[in-house]
Amino acid sequence: MMRKLPATDVVIVGLGWTGSILAHELTGAGLNVVAIERGPWRDTATDFPPAYAQDELRYRIRHDLFLRPEQLTMTFRNNASQTALPIRSWGSFMPPNGVGGGGVHWNAETWRFLPSDFELRTHLVGRYGEKFLPEDMTIQDWGITYDDLEPHYDKFEYLCGTSGKAGNIKGRIQAGGNPFEGARSREYPTPPQKQPYGPTLFAQAAQEMGYKPFPQPSGNLSQAYTNPLGVTIGPCTYCGFCEWFGCGNYSKASPQTTILPALIRRPNFEARTQCEVSKINLDRSGKRATGVTYVDTSGNEWEQPADLVLLCAFQLFNVHLLLHSGVGKPYDPRTGEGVIGRNYSYQVTSSVGAFFDDKIFNPFIASGSIGMCIDEFNGDNFDHGPHGFVGGGYMGAVQTNGRPIQTGRTPRATPRWGAEWKKAVAKSYLSSYETVTHGSCYSYRDVYLDLDPTYTDRFGRKLMRLTFDFHDNELKMSTYLTDRLAEVTQKMGPRQLEKHPRRGPYDVTVYQTTHTCGGAIMGVEPKTSALNRYLQSWEVPNLFVMGATAFPQNPGYNPTDTVGALAYWAADAIVNRYLKSPGSLVQI
Amino acid sequence: MRNLMTLALAACVIGLAAARAAEDNQAFAKIERGRYLAVLGDCTSCHTAPGGKPFAGGAALETPFGALFGPNITPDVATGIGAWTESDLWRAMHEGIGRDGIRLYPAMPYPAYTKVTREDVSAIWAYLRTLEPVRNEVQPNQLRFPFNVRRPTTSTWDLINFKPGVFQPDPAKSDLWNRGAYLVEGLGHCGTCHTPKNITGGDRGGEALRGALLQDWYAPDLTADPRMGIESWSTEDIVRYLKTGANSFDIASGPMAEAVENSTSHMTDADLLAIATYLKDRAPRSANTAIALAHDATRMVAGKAIYEDHCAACHISSGAGVPNLFPRLAQAPLVQSTDPTSLIRVVLIGSRAVATSAAPTAPAMPSFGWNLSDTEIADVLTYVRNTWGNAASAVQPADVTTLRGRVSR
Repeated sequence: MMRKLPATDVVIVGLGWTGSILAHELTGAGLNVVAIERGPWRDTATDFPPAYAQDELRYRIRHDLFLRPEQLTMTFRNNASQTALPIRSWGSFMPPNGVGGGGVHWNAETWRFLPSDFELRTHLVGRYGEKFLPEDMTIQDWGITYDDLEPHYDKFEYLCGTSGKAGNIKGRIQAGGNPFEGARSREYPTPPQKQPYGPTLFAQAAQEMGYKPFPQPSGNLSQAYTNPLGVTIGPCTYCGFCEWFGCGNYSKASPQTTILPALIRRPNFEARTQCEVSKINLDRSGKRATGVTYVDTSGNEWEQPADLVLLCAFQLFNVHLLLHSGVGKPYDPRTGEGVIGRNYSYQVTSSVGAFFDDKIFNPFIASGSIGMCIDEFNGDNFDHGPHGFVGGGYMGAVQTNGRPIQTGRTPRATPRWGAEWKKAVAKSYLSSYETVTHGSCYSYRDVYLDLDPTYTDRFGRKLMRLTFDFHDNELKMSTYLTDRLAEVTQKMGPRQLEKHPRRGPYDVTVYQTTHTCGGAIMGVEPKTSALNRYLQSWEVPNLFVMGATAFPQNPGYNPTDTVGALAYWAADAIVNRYLKSPGSLVQI
Repeated sequence: MRNLMTLALAACVIGLAAARAAEDNQAFAKIERGRYLAVLGDCTSCHTAPGGKPFAGGAALETPFGALFGPNITPDVATGIGAWTESDLWRAMHEGIGRDGIRLYPAMPYPAYTKVTREDVSAIWAYLRTLEPVRNEVQPNQLRFPFNVRRPTTSTWDLINFKPGVFQPDPAKSDLWNRGAYLVEGLGHCGTCHTPKNITGGDRGGEALRGALLQDWYAPDLTADPRMGIESWSTEDIVRYLKTGANSFDIASGPMAEAVENSTSHMTDADLLAIATYLKDRAPRSANTAIALAHDATRMVAGKAIYEDHCAACHISSGAGVPNLFPRLAQAPLVQSTDPTSLIRVVLIGSRAVATSAAPTAPAMPSFGWNLSDTEIADVLTYVRNTWGNAASAVQPADVTTLRGRVSR
């Protein structure tokens, strides 16, 4: 039996980065906010203290911080000719769980997208013509510009205390920063992190080749920082336990270290943890959300009515809730019609392995986001005309960790086990280096999310089905980028060098990144997007959907800075536009 | 400041005149002043249970003689102080005698509250009368025999330890100093935790604010002792600590976190400055002669290794800490205190710092009791107490063992 709770102004589904930001902004505007979180409350000292935060077996191998597939999973297939099967152990991406969400276990690479990324179709068609794009590529403009988002990028970075060097302040190119980035209104809140030997060597090589290397912007802070909310973040100790791990010493920007301490003091905020939202409820017209239904750990079902529903869960689960609740028309790849599930995208990464005789890199001096990068081959920073593909990515020497279980680089032709393997691992641990590319993944007509016809979850809901494979455009891009990266890496002077461009088919069992995107994208018209430029549902105006769910395609950068900026952008629209006149904020 | 005091005095005079004319305990100004005075006295810490209704009775106060519970002081007739008169409250605050004529246990800090003026008690009374009456039966006395037999115990105690009397300003000192003294010695009852106690639990004469052990926490020395006291703190540092819970030296945790959260963070800047001014003028105990242990002593060498593995990530290898986040250990008063109980305790079971609106971070020290042995904890604390200019006695493994038994219960 479902029990109905007293109504609240706002219900938030998921208390990660976007849920925390929206809750803070909306409680600040005087609204009563209830956040419902599937996982547990998480706190630095009790959940990942420095006494055991650096436990590779527990967190990296056994996925301690992540959602358990037994609780909820999805099915996967590479293309429509296959039968999708449930993912029973996470591989290619790691769905977060618990308060703080992915903000607990990210590497904290804090990149802005390029101005042209937001007007991608218009930009590429303008430069290369419609015919240059693959026929089934469904890239779109976002409906907002970089300039719209700049103040919100700034706000998120100053919340986090991001460490970096600006490359463009108000149109003036700054020495030492990324000259390709969009204009920022001011310098980063804190200076870049220190760079170890590998990135330093990479930067020298890149410089000699005429590139403009710069430090990767980092949410692991170079120095202590007190943010505008009064919350203090500590200096990073370069322990190299960032991605997959909670930061034990308060130095990685996360909801825990930047926003929750201020939020939980607000009397008009309430969090309900270990409560899983099973459905968004709609009124009879289907045009208004009346709240959500959730289930607690005892199996009790509760209805939480609210005037405003904000989906702030992980990208995949936002889409699942929309599909299951019947909000908006599901996407149909045969007709290309419908919007929920449309334009799923991912990330295309690759690497170059280099083995040296005369260099010691100390890979354990690491942070999830130190490193020296170049951006010459990202987005449309270079002429794609001769290459026959679109898209790109940043590349560099990003020294994220030297963790013992997984850091076992050996040259090709080394046996996979036994004494020879051990010898090679021991020889290579300090003296090998891996450089990486982090490339875009554009969207296609046959890549999408829908409900699985066969498999159901513990509530009897249909699981979501993911249909995804890399397309030729992305694989060409990866080959090209990896070749360029290999040229710079070669200049670092290795004995042996191995290129690992991304190859298809997409393998869901091997970790790549957790940057899953799209499925309920933002755009300029309801026919091709689920959300308007304010991340508001076209169909149900009192429903907003946050996160990378809204990305029409994925640029060649890590998503979190843009996810944070979009959350502030949407919060601003809710407070300054929606509350004054509830209803659709964009009229067609 | 003199002007402020004059104004305050003027307000009192007007208040008295009005009281005589009409006994108006419902005047806004009086009730509001009473509310603030109740904050200064931190009444809520003992008289409100965690999550409970304000002033409807508190959580256990553990004393060496057993547990005492803060009674219900809402105006409920049956279970609170609804049947009391203002004179009853004055007698309780000033003389330590309850309405039934029986002496209170000095867990109610009447040895400090006796210094509070009649006007201030009257304002507190006016405020308490406005609270929601809450029916909540509290059995305050859960002491062990023979301490639970109240009359003889407490009258004997009073003979030894208690002299009633309202605070008398020192005309040789400034108004600011006197206001600070009134707050520290009176409503603030700082000495309840920070003044060393005799065997009966009464203040040791002539040792005010020189640091004391209570509820397995060591409340540090608040005098100008250069090593164990707050000589290096400026008045601004003290104000900042009391207002936000943190300054560049330290962050409040344990019972002080509660005092900051409920009381000092809500005090006016003027009152905090007065407190700081008075505290800066407290004479330290006589010559202070601790000499640091040799850095190559076996336990120091072992302690250094443990420190670098477990502590340096936050407290920094130089012991400098990070302001607002990780307390400074180098030349820190609490670290060098004669009694290392607080240090042992936070290493064993961890501790969370206070959160205030001005400094909401509330970082926490994690527990190391599960992965460091008693000897290892003793070694690392011995290292911390004798490095970076620190000098203090070595911590004995037996002390860790004893405290582990108590705090892990």
